[in-house]
Amino acid sequence: MKGLLFSNSHEWVKIDHDIATVGISDYAQSQLGDVVFIELPQEGSSFDKNSQFATIESTKTASEVYMPLSGEVIKVNSELTNNPQWINNDPYDKGWIVKLKIKNISETESLMKDDAYKDFVEKEAH
Amino acid sequence: MDDYDIKEPLEDRLQKIRLEEEHIKEQRRILQLQENSIKEERQELVSEQEMLDQVMEEFKKKELLLKDREKELSLRQGLLDKRSKQAQSFKDREDFRLIFEKSRDLHQAHYIDRPEVPSKDPNDFFAKNLLRSSLPIPTLGELQVVRHFSLLSERNFSVDSNFYPLGSCTMKYNPKINDELSDLSGFIDIHPLQCQQDVQGALQVIFNLEQLLCRITGLKRFSMQPSSGAQGELCGMLMIKKFHQISGKKKNTVIIPDSAHGTNPATAAMCGFKIQIVKSNSKGLVDLDYLNSLVSEDTAAMMLTNPNTLGLFEENITEIAEIIHKKGGFLYYDGANLNPLMGFTNPGLMGFDVAHFNLHKTFSTPHGCGGPGAGVIGVGEKLIDFLPVPLVGKKENIFYFDYSPCNSIGRLRSFYGNFSILVRAYAYILRLGERGLARAASNSVLNANYIKEKLKKTFDLPYDKTCMHEVVFSCSRQRERGASALDIAKRLIDYGIHPPTMYFPLIVKEALMIEPTETESKQTLDYFIKSLEKIDREIDQDLQNIKDSPHTSWVKRVDEVKAARFPDLRCKIIGD
Repeated sequence: MKGLLFSNSHEWVKIDHDIATVGISDYAQSQLGDVVFIELPQEGSSFDKNSQFATIESTKTASEVYMPLSGEVIKVNSELTNNPQWINNDPYDKGWIVKLKIKNISETESLMKDDAYKDFVEKEAH
Repeated sequence: MDDYDIKEPLEDRLQKIRLEEEHIKEQRRILQLQENSIKEERQELVSEQEMLDQVMEEFKKKELLLKDREKELSLRQGLLDKRSKQAQSFKDREDFRLIFEKSRDLHQAHYIDRPEVPSKDPNDFFAKNLLRSSLPIPTLGELQVVRHFSLLSERNFSVDSNFYPLGSCTMKYNPKINDELSDLSGFIDIHPLQCQQDVQGALQVIFNLEQLLCRITGLKRFSMQPSSGAQGELCGMLMIKKFHQISGKKKNTVIIPDSAHGTNPATAAMCGFKIQIVKSNSKGLVDLDYLNSLVSEDTAAMMLTNPNTLGLFEENITEIAEIIHKKGGFLYYDGANLNPLMGFTNPGLMGFDVAHFNLHKTFSTPHGCGGPGAGVIGVGEKLIDFLPVPLVGKKENIFYFDYSPCNSIGRLRSFYGNFSILVRAYAYILRLGERGLARAASNSVLNANYIKEKLKKTFDLPYDKTCMHEVVFSCSRQRERGASALDIAKRLIDYGIHPPTMYFPLIVKEALMIEPTETESKQTLDYFIKSLEKIDREIDQDLQNIKDSPHTSWVKRVDEVKAARFPDLRCKIIGD
């Protein structure tokens, strides 16, 4: 979790220069339960911050995944289509969802660092 | 020589020595004898030892043989187990065979005699492409058919056999008189294409039912077309869309609470609307400030159920209606939760403009597993012109199909809805009457609150206030001890109780949503409460047993991931 940024809708972001990798947090996957499907966006499509870009379906529910930053999707983790369980087993590595070309780096300021996110989750859980 | 007296005469001394010699000889002889006997005994011992050795050897041999036989036996046992398992699974598979599969190895069954009048070749009347050469329908003897369906019915989990507290589904008892009346010859021996003079009775039922529904709901007109709640929603939202289109207003968003039934956002999305979610406040009700911040000229409608899915009455419903109406939006009522309101208040009074009602829930017709249902749609003045046609009208005591709504969204399905469900609902309403319906409503509220009070020590109650017809608990504490809402729900099956609705509404973690309905006795409610308390204790005593449950049902615990990702939906012949 070190070095990752988090949104308050439980997505994580890893920044590498102007490229951001996005997935959902361990807490988010534990709340969803066993993931069975993921609907991924098209490569090349652009999204605004906080807009829905993917849908994750678990045995309990279907939920939307929101963009933590604005930008253009340059790569999607298409392997998730056949291995949706990676989102449960390895949310921070094999379970990444999209890579994004960041449009506005200043948007990262509204995201939480790992410590702040930990507190945020603790509050939400109780 | 001290022993001998030197003074003794020699003769005597000699005599003594002889005697002594004699004695020694005697002693020697005795010793010899003893030695001999020892030798004999030793000999005996040796031979005994030999015998023992022999026995030992035989024993060992026998032991080895026994071990071999044991091995063989356990192998045989294993084989037997395997075979009996195979037999069991074969039996299971046989029992679960589809009627199409069962008919395969039987001879053609003929129920209908060849006609006595001369028959004509269909080829003379119909185009070739309209005729088929074979019809693969099941061909079974009557006994096989009876057994097939009797076995299936034994496996059925229904309100008729067990308590069914499935939240938001209103699984109340369906009085048998409803079935009897809908089976009357005047209802079942007619055809939807018959001319309307011939089916006046059926039309009268639809007409009268509409009148009664208008009184119960406070709305102005009804179309009986929609076959389910979801189709009723679709119908309502299509009417709203068309209304805005005709009035030339661009209204693209629909507001929906975060506690809404999943069908609400799905329906709005299907109709091309953008969805805005309004959050619930700490009381579990629509947050008015939040709603005010969302609502705009773009608001086409708000979809709401009241009481909401937490079983709580939206106290601010008239304010909500005002907020939506001010912006020219419609208030849509999801009638799934009408049951506790009958006879006390109604959607019309609350300010709703359009609503669907699940006759199969509130007005007691058998439902579940896909119908047939009736999700009839009712409207206030503004939307009458948009209803699907035909409606049923009455002029000079003659009932007729009414195609007058000039902006009708058209048909939603063939003919006039699921007619036999309409008859059942009509029978139910007439039998209970106005006071009966109100008593049903108040008992449904009483039953839910009884369960709420009794179980709130054992389970977390996220919104602790008087509920309406259903109550939502959270299994968070139980999950910390190892058993999830799913585990607890599955274990209830072993106690002969249908699982409550789980993991819904989404705003309650580990939710169990319980709707007992008015038709259950206090004894049943007490048994249900005790069962849940017992399962709570079992978490600390035998958690694995809960995790492996249900143990008593035909189908055991299902692998939910596999079921979702690799569903086995195809009819295929098994046992080859």
